Amino acid sequence: MTIASGTVREAAIAAPPPAPAATSPARPRKRRQLTRNRWGYAYVAPFFLVFAAFSLYPFMYTAWVSLHETSLSNINGGTWVGLENYRDLLQSEFFWNAARNTLTIGILATVPQLCMALGLAHLLNYKLRGRTFFRTVMLMPYATSIAAATLVFSQLFGRDYGLINTALEAVGLQAIDWEAGTVSSQVAIAVIVTWRWTGYNALIYLAAMQSIPGELYEAAEIDGASKWKQFLHVTIPSLRPTILFTIVVSTIGAVQLFGEPLLFAGNGTTSGGASGQYQTLGLLMYQQGWSNFHIGQAATTAWAMFMIILVIVGVNAVIGRLRNRADR
Amino acid sequence: MFHSTKSRAAWGAALAAVLLTAGCGGSDDASADAADYDPDAPVTLTVGTFGTMDLDNAGLYDEYMELHPNVTIKQNNVAQSAAYYKSLQTRLAANSGLDDVQALEIGFIADVVRNHADAFVDFAAEENADELEGNFYDWKWGQASTSDGETIALGTDIGPQAMCYRKDLFEQAGLPTDRAEVAELWPTWDAYIEVAEQYMASPTKPADSAFVDSPASIFSSSVYQGDLAYNDEEGNPIPAESDGVQQAWDYASQAADEGLTANLSQFGDEWNAAFSNGAFATIACPAWMLGYINSQMGETGAGLWDIAPLPGADESASNWGGSFLAVPEDGPNAEAAKDLVEWLTAPEQQVKMFTRAAHFPSSPQAAEDPEVVGATNEYFNNAPTGEIFGESAANIQRTPIGPYDTQIQEAFTTALTDIASGGADPDEGWDNALKAAQQATGG
Repeated sequence: MTIASGTVREAAIAAPPPAPAATSPARPRKRRQLTRNRWGYAYVAPFFLVFAAFSLYPFMYTAWVSLHETSLSNINGGTWVGLENYRDLLQSEFFWNAARNTLTIGILATVPQLCMALGLAHLLNYKLRGRTFFRTVMLMPYATSIAAATLVFSQLFGRDYGLINTALEAVGLQAIDWEAGTVSSQVAIAVIVTWRWTGYNALIYLAAMQSIPGELYEAAEIDGASKWKQFLHVTIPSLRPTILFTIVVSTIGAVQLFGEPLLFAGNGTTSGGASGQYQTLGLLMYQQGWSNFHIGQAATTAWAMFMIILVIVGVNAVIGRLRNRADR
Repeated sequence: MFHSTKSRAAWGAALAAVLLTAGCGGSDDASADAADYDPDAPVTLTVGTFGTMDLDNAGLYDEYMELHPNVTIKQNNVAQSAAYYKSLQTRLAANSGLDDVQALEIGFIADVVRNHADAFVDFAAEENADELEGNFYDWKWGQASTSDGETIALGTDIGPQAMCYRKDLFEQAGLPTDRAEVAELWPTWDAYIEVAEQYMASPTKPADSAFVDSPASIFSSSVYQGDLAYNDEEGNPIPAESDGVQQAWDYASQAADEGLTANLSQFGDEWNAAFSNGAFATIACPAWMLGYINSQMGETGAGLWDIAPLPGADESASNWGGSFLAVPEDGPNAEAAKDLVEWLTAPEQQVKMFTRAAHFPSSPQAAEDPEVVGATNEYFNNAPTGEIFGESAANIQRTPIGPYDTQIQEAFTTALTDIASGGADPDEGWDNALKAAQQATGG
């Protein structure tokens, strides 16, 4: 949710459900096309150069560093240790703690978020007075920087002087030490994430809903389906590719969750709470590399995160394909 | 139209090429030879600093530039010392982008001494090395020296410790408020804990105030009162076997477990807010903490605080913090930078740093200067700060420091927070702290 680029998302929103593959051109034509399109290649080349310099190279370099025991100030040196960093990582209780926290915060943040986004999109799809205003407001949290949002929220969730505890006490409830508890701190972080991304996902759903043909609803209405039934049996099935897409993107964001737990601590520490109760994988990587200066370990964690994301995306793709096949 | 897109494409390609080559451009090795050094040649020196070192605010740069009209000084300050050190490390790794003078904090000096001594000028090899060495407390000089006697940086300030206390809260709790009487209240940490229990049991103290801000306050100040803190004599981390860690843990975990602290995490938002809300009655005060308290509470806090010696100070004083200035050896202006650093850290300038910006000198000559000894702090009820901190500084023992002190300290204070908020009992907390320390040091 933090790093995903907007362009990828938008491209996918616009994309219709996978169209049947066009018949591929005959081989001999390919060569001629290559020369004919040379300006096209020239125009996209800068992107690939920048991509190679700032994405591909660091990516491979990180893999190389992860095979060494080395420190931040000696990043090109260190000793070759092979896969030892990976073995240590898998045996480290800090890694499993962070993996567990990433999973639970991810679920706490993603599931309610997407459900709420779906509901909101449905409401905004009605002909409302001031519809544009509401749609714009929805996007406001997304336009807020993570740092600003998290700083405000961590003050709201403050133990002694936080607004939420003041409110709880005003109605006679016990104040909660949000940051100290495992569940409470994870809920607080999930709230920040949810607040920030619900509107964004709602707009994605809304865009997809507007491309659902009105005849489907008319037909359903003639059949006597209620609004709720229409939502369940027309809207949701039509949105399935979009929903799958938002799940994938949100999950990737959840695995990379970093800024919120770092700033939520409030004093720049990277341990993710007194007992690591909200240390995510991203934060663990930062702690290893930039607090403890073991850059080899940090590179290992980075690659582990990448693998996890690959697995998740792969599982999603398989599920998507199986469902498509089942529908046919 | 076609022409313009074509040229635009060419520009794009050119730009990409420039970006790529700029990324790979190395530094030029124009290190000045000592023999060629002309002290009167015009030169611009850059000084990399962090936080509030106040070399600029105390007017030292201006003074130096007036004495040496050929020198122009530019300071590159980074607000957070952690961020400063991260960028310094990457610059050391690339051996480029270093300033002519680089400030080093005590938390990082051991790492630099151990792993990057070659990158910096060795002051112990200077002609005036003996004179330089005599300018500093021997433990301060030692912190910047390698095992083979190279000294890679000169000290600026130090953080001798005392205990700050709220007069108004003490009075409400029925405790004495006079600083001599308060000093007698806690000759040892055991006595301090007893006073804390007494304070917490007092029916007349403000309901939501604790005796001390955090267990970290107790831990971080008493850990350096042992023979060893986090390391053995060679600077290798041995937190589990150190007498300093053991006794600091006993006191701090007891205070955390009994709820004598406000359980705030130091330098966090709630901690900052708690100063003005009177949430705690005492806080361990390295010399630099006075400025911090003043900036957090502003005018409303004037006269509320006073300063007493740290518990156990008769046996051993304690230092928390302090900085150094070092000169990268390959810098093009290394000779001029050396002169600047020697001047900035000389006793006369350290006196000015104390009287103008409250940074306590790392030089005994400066600490014994009448201007320092006689200094009082109006904000803290005219406490004789020069005398209190001077006495503390004179009693500081040399405790070996290591490259992971900051991380180990954080491991322990974090575990103490967990105890204070009821997440772990002291034994579990100790195990957790050692595990976290192990994770930080194990490479």
